[in-house]
Amino acid sequence: MSVRHALLALLSEGPKYGLQLREEFEAGTGEVWPLNVGQVYTTLQRLERDGLVESDDTTEVGPQKGFRITPGGAEELAAWLHTPPDLSSPPRDELVMKVLVALRVPGVDVHEVIQVHRRYLVELMQQWTRLKEDEAEFDLSLALVVDAELFRLDSVIRWLDAAEGRLKRAAADRATESTTAAAPQLAPAPLPSLRRRTGVRR
Amino acid sequence: MSMLELRGVTKVYGQGATVVNALGGVDLTVEPGAMVAVMGPSGSGKSTLLTIAGSLEDPTEGEVLIDGAPLSRMSRNAKARLRRRSIGYVFQDFNLLPGLTAVENVALPLELDGVSGRRARAVGKRALDDLGLSERADRFPDQLSGGERQRVAIARAVVGDRHVLLADEPSGALDSVNGEAVMRLVHDACKRGVAAVVVTHDAQLASWADRVVFLRDGHVVDQTAPPDGPESLLTIPGQLQ
Repeated sequence: MSVRHALLALLSEGPKYGLQLREEFEAGTGEVWPLNVGQVYTTLQRLERDGLVESDDTTEVGPQKGFRITPGGAEELAAWLHTPPDLSSPPRDELVMKVLVALRVPGVDVHEVIQVHRRYLVELMQQWTRLKEDEAEFDLSLALVVDAELFRLDSVIRWLDAAEGRLKRAAADRATESTTAAAPQLAPAPLPSLRRRTGVRR
Repeated sequence: MSMLELRGVTKVYGQGATVVNALGGVDLTVEPGAMVAVMGPSGSGKSTLLTIAGSLEDPTEGEVLIDGAPLSRMSRNAKARLRRRSIGYVFQDFNLLPGLTAVENVALPLELDGVSGRRARAVGKRALDDLGLSERADRFPDQLSGGERQRVAIARAVVGDRHVLLADEPSGALDSVNGEAVMRLVHDACKRGVAAVVVTHDAQLASWADRVVFLRDGHVVDQTAPPDGPESLLTIPGQLQ
């Protein structure tokens, strides 16, 4: 989340004071991301240094000092809005790592590990949905933020579901192979080994 | 007292080499006004659980109680009456009768239960009004959008004095906005005291429930704890740069 660009966006509506910017930032993000006033002023000073905003002709930074966006600031904002975030390489996802590690640790039931995470994620989604149910109908910004979080958590659960399905199929394939080879198969089929290295973003 | 209770419900299909254990000793309790979601992958027994809970099928072992009354001690006629009066069903593909208008579809269970046509339609019209479908009452299913058809199906499921609502992937074919609208309706029905069971593989639907039960290979393997209030979500550290 870029405070810098959020402040430029608010100033693109017209000149504003620092305290006003903080209040509008919090309201505009459904009050999900709190922002302290010191952060607002530090960011405004940097924006002014970079020529992206201008302030009233007073020396003191404080509640009465007004700010407005410059043409350079408007260009910077437009460029930021149209630049996709870097999603080109997979992030180092802790949950993915845990499932991969669970496959290798003797005595660990990977399905149980998956279920622990699935339950936690569904519980989180229940909390987010309560928020939407109570307030989102009346606050578009909050509804958008809550939807984004629900879709993000949902995608993780879908990955867990897909992973579990893939592991079950792989175990069944192993069992079939072993039966075909007429080898006695008393223990549960082993889980597939990890064959490929994947480059991750650090 | 719970509105719906499953005690040790087991369902076995077939015999010998073709035997399928669809459910194995499932316990489930739903209080009046509560929504329980049952999540699980295809083949986990979700739909079987729902048809047994709704008395559309008998369990191989175990007992189902609706409002404290065990289904196993009811005659076929008594079960049919219970289905007409107390239990509402919502299916993924709506199951509306194409030759009947929206209000006739909603009124049908009441008419089948002996309520006069005129009165049944008046009650059906009120149920549609409550769901914002007043203008659509005289349209046929093929003149309605998918979201509207599912709202009609929910109106039909809760019309009269139904107090158990059973839904199988109720927003499966709908987009997320219409899916959310459907879950709000189920949620509103629960606020009026209806006990609802929604089976789904969709976590976004399940997250509307008070409790989520996880089904795997016919067994309940886990369930969510009662959710905390949403206040704890309102401060997310480390998100700002």
